[in-house]
Amino acid sequence: MLSAGPTPKVPLDSWEFVITTETGAEYRWSWSELMALPQETPRVDIHCVTRWSKLGTTWQGVSLDTLLDGIDTDAAYVLAHSYGGYTTNLPLDDLRGGRAWVAHTFEGGDLPAEHGGPARLLVPHLYFWKSAKWVRGLRLLSADQPGFWETAGYHDYGDPWREQRYQGD
Amino acid sequence: MTDMSYLDGNMLDAPLRELFAVDLSGAVGRCENCGAVGPMGTLRVYSHAPGLIGRCPSCAQVMLRFVRSPNWARLDLRGTTFLQVPMPLDQPHPGPI
Ligand SMILES: [Zn+2]
Repeated sequence: MLSAGPTPKVPLDSWEFVITTETGAEYRWSWSELMALPQETPRVDIHCVTRWSKLGTTWQGVSLDTLLDGIDTDAAYVLAHSYGGYTTNLPLDDLRGGRAWVAHTFEGGDLPAEHGGPARLLVPHLYFWKSAKWVRGLRLLSADQPGFWETAGYHDYGDPWREQRYQGD
Repeated sequence: MTDMSYLDGNMLDAPLRELFAVDLSGAVGRCENCGAVGPMGTLRVYSHAPGLIGRCPSCAQVMLRFVRSPNWARLDLRGTTFLQVPMPLDQPHPGPI
């Protein structure tokens, strides 16, 4: 199990997901509010930076298109942040177009805490460290701001097809 | 909370030996978050290959991040106020760390 720290235990009744825009506006969802949104079941391949890939994994969650719908922003970047303190940066466009989800179900069961449950970001077209476990929110930013691993030398974008593991790749 | 997903900080000796001219197994560090001072060998090390994270055994905050690419190594010590290594003056200077 690859992990950056101890597994946070997040009770569902206090769980929340918050999108904060570059002007400071906040949009919040409780667990029940997230569950009441339209659900999707993406079947995707995931790519770990250690060179393994897992093909045809099935998830359930809410599309970021749904969560970002109606949010007024000119931001170009996102810093995702997690329960436990983890952060990772992505271009906002990579969370749109049916390519990213807040996922809470894996292979038909609740997402286990050690795999990022109750909910994690799922951005399968980028290396999996971008799919932040225990996701708590997104900060929409005008300028790119490197996250936990990116400040330590991981790539700011992380395209598995171009093998963008490290800065300079 | 029992969490056996981390490794003993002494496992950092080999990766950091590439980087440091001194032996870090005897080094003492101070956690910036809680102020705890102790041997770096007592850090809780999480392996998020190809990176390593060393967390304070007292407060679990990150004290050390180490990433080794094929071309470089980066050590990020945000979270560590100081590193103190044994370096007696009457012995040959081991070189800069
Ligand atoms: Zn501490």
